[in-house]
Amino acid sequence: MFAYVIRRLLIIVLVIFAASFLVYVMSAISGDPLEDLRGSTAPNKAQLIAAAIQRLHLDVAPPLRYFIWLGGVLKVFVGDFDLGQTINGLEVTTVLGQSMWSTLQLVTVASLLAITFGIAIGMISALRQYSGFDYAVTLVAFVFFALPVFWVGQLLKLNVAIGFNDFLQHPVIPTVVLVIMSIAAGFIWASAMGGQLRRWALNFAGGTVASAAVLIYANVSNFFLVPNLGPVWIGIIGVIAALVATQLTTGLSNRRALGAALTTALIGAIAWWPVQFAFYYFPNWGAIIGLAVIALLVGAAVGWLFGGDDRRVSMRAAMITAFFSAGAVLIDRIMGAWPDLFQNTGGRPISTIGSETPNLNGSIWLSSVDSFGHVLLPTLTIMLISLAAYSRYSRGSLLEVMSMDYVRTARAKGLPERTVIMRHAFRNALIPIATIVAFDLGGLIGGAVITETVFAWKGMGRLFVDSLRHVDLNPIMGVFLVTSIFALVFNLLADLAYTALDPRIRVS
Amino acid sequence: MSNPTSNVPAESPSDIISIEQREEAGLSQGQIVIRRFVRNVPAMVSLGFLLFIIVFSFSSVGFDVFGLHVPGWWKYDYIHYVDIDRPSGAPTYDFPFSFGNHPLGQDDIGHDVFAQVMRGAQQSIIVMFVYTAVAGVIGVVIGALAGFFRGWVDAVLMRLTDVIIIVPVVILGAIVGRAFGAQGAFVLAAMLGIFGWAILARLVRGEFFSLREREFVDAARVAGASNARIIFRHILPSTAGILIVNLSLTMSGAILLEAALSFLGFGINQPDVSLGQILANYQTSFNTRPWLFWWPGAILITIVLAVNFIGDGLRDAFDPRQRRMPRKAGPYRQLASLIARPFRRSRSDEEITR
Repeated sequence: MFAYVIRRLLIIVLVIFAASFLVYVMSAISGDPLEDLRGSTAPNKAQLIAAAIQRLHLDVAPPLRYFIWLGGVLKVFVGDFDLGQTINGLEVTTVLGQSMWSTLQLVTVASLLAITFGIAIGMISALRQYSGFDYAVTLVAFVFFALPVFWVGQLLKLNVAIGFNDFLQHPVIPTVVLVIMSIAAGFIWASAMGGQLRRWALNFAGGTVASAAVLIYANVSNFFLVPNLGPVWIGIIGVIAALVATQLTTGLSNRRALGAALTTALIGAIAWWPVQFAFYYFPNWGAIIGLAVIALLVGAAVGWLFGGDDRRVSMRAAMITAFFSAGAVLIDRIMGAWPDLFQNTGGRPISTIGSETPNLNGSIWLSSVDSFGHVLLPTLTIMLISLAAYSRYSRGSLLEVMSMDYVRTARAKGLPERTVIMRHAFRNALIPIATIVAFDLGGLIGGAVITETVFAWKGMGRLFVDSLRHVDLNPIMGVFLVTSIFALVFNLLADLAYTALDPRIRVS
Repeated sequence: MSNPTSNVPAESPSDIISIEQREEAGLSQGQIVIRRFVRNVPAMVSLGFLLFIIVFSFSSVGFDVFGLHVPGWWKYDYIHYVDIDRPSGAPTYDFPFSFGNHPLGQDDIGHDVFAQVMRGAQQSIIVMFVYTAVAGVIGVVIGALAGFFRGWVDAVLMRLTDVIIIVPVVILGAIVGRAFGAQGAFVLAAMLGIFGWAILARLVRGEFFSLREREFVDAARVAGASNARIIFRHILPSTAGILIVNLSLTMSGAILLEAALSFLGFGINQPDVSLGQILANYQTSFNTRPWLFWWPGAILITIVLAVNFIGDGLRDAFDPRQRRMPRKAGPYRQLASLIARPFRRSRSDEEITR
């Protein structure tokens, strides 16, 4: 195993060497880096050009200039990492560091959400194969596959950002829209849950009434201007999380696990008051992480106390509930900064370009809600398209597993359907998805180029596009180096994950 | 009155399969595939639509072939501009049959949007076929050689594949597009195709790995067939299914890649037109002149969607496990049958009396 990893890493180094040479030479011959300078009207034009040639070694032929660049990179082993300078004389390492951070910010949230929802939707549609829900999901996935990223981005800018900001001028959902939204929500809910006519009708009615209640509450409490959850909604969210977590992990018939999860939800709602003080005196990320750890510990403790013979199961359900309760408490606090942001952005909080509102000096909550307003649209754009892909993969994967003999065996020995799906089918269906996810994450860093361009996001993709436009080789190579190392390392991780998850496969 | 005829006879899975098998008895593999594909409604509709778009776009604004211009039937072209008909170039189409001079509108300096969109569709289609042809040939040859000969040939070719595969597609495409975009769709697509074969090569290699161990390869070798003959006449046809399906995915990917590159400004340059380029030029004006945004986008999406549906139909057609499974009635069907029950009963009564 160790030898395998070492060998792979050596190959990675060789492959990066070859690929970087290719990229360097190709981008060098794609245009003239001095085009801007040649067209300038500055009196010391000749000097500027001479200085740029000297600084960037433009008098050396590209294949040889590559080795000057490589020499700088290889200095990493003597502790002096040098990626060269841009045409404008900035250090590439600094520029790259900043843009890498903002790309990661964008891509992480989007891929986490896309993976979670994509797998959930795909699995549900696999379990309801050939149902209306399945056909609808398939059709939507097909349409999303065909959508160009930049087109989706523009549509979202127009409809979601501008539309929502306009809506905030009169933030009350009209009755007709409210009725249609509730019925649609009930319909989706009932279709996803499946079942025969009677159960379908019950789900439909329940889903419709619940969504209508939430929307009416949002209207009445002026939620879109002064959003807050408060202990009551945190409690409700906690109870829902408790029910879902228990149902998925052990089934509602496990009274101990259910009791542990519900108690955790109650503690979460009560903890809202003391936590407000913590947020007031320690408004920083350390406190938030501390809170998350405490929440998980409380969940574990409650599960331990309730557990009885099978403590692990109760602890698991309670910890999942604690995670969602704590998340609700945090979101409630961040929501508190929304009116402030509303003031600062002139009543248009959802932004279409950039990654932060300039000159916004406020608390950690204000900057969080501000980056939410900025990250929302690009995240949705990236998410919608990879969501479609993940839902297709996981649907296919689960369908394949469900036809396996061991699933039939599990059913035949009388296991409840929930156990068959969650324990025998679901886990095995995740194996191929894990490798696809790892592979995709590697490519995603470089793949956000278009999204970043559409939303004027100062990330690596944007840096790359701008540099390529000016044939600015050093930043191009910097971006290439980061993306290709990411891609190759995640590729290796994908292979290792495969062997870890499926013991039948051995690497050699 | 519960007469037996009103109940739909229960179909067991084995009945269905046997019917299916009876239908396909005595047909060759190719005939079965074609028959399955022809029965796939979305795929056939998409195929018809794609053919229609190809004929329509090439015949409307004409095209150049070896420096010779073939004129089209549409009165405007995509390069010259004319006076603007309606304020800000709004579409002159009026419901129901009055098309006017510019049914899809004009851009800010008076180009006819219909002509531009048709030219853009041509470009997308050219890119789709040329890219897929180049990438397909290189990918198949490299994958086949690596999978068939294994050993050091495989090692070298696969490292070469790795070199291509690790550079994110958009980044590689942008560099190629920056260098070759000015030379038109054909050259651009060919150059992009030179770097687009890596995934296909891996796939073909994997197929060859398992197929080369099969008996029919040994039989061919014993009969004295050369390596080239075994590769191209014996093994390659067996990979046709997986190859065709993935080529169709490559096709839709190629269209989106070209559109994205043109959007970034690294694709097809003015005065030539591409759908991505139109969208990039007018991305800020879709609020005021939505026809410059909707039409190129809609054509682009429908072409890609059609190609994807055809690919999906092909996959279903080639999949030997594919069967028409008996469907359990879901809630919608139950509701429908609940509503339809009185009518159905009267019809079955009729049948009885007849």
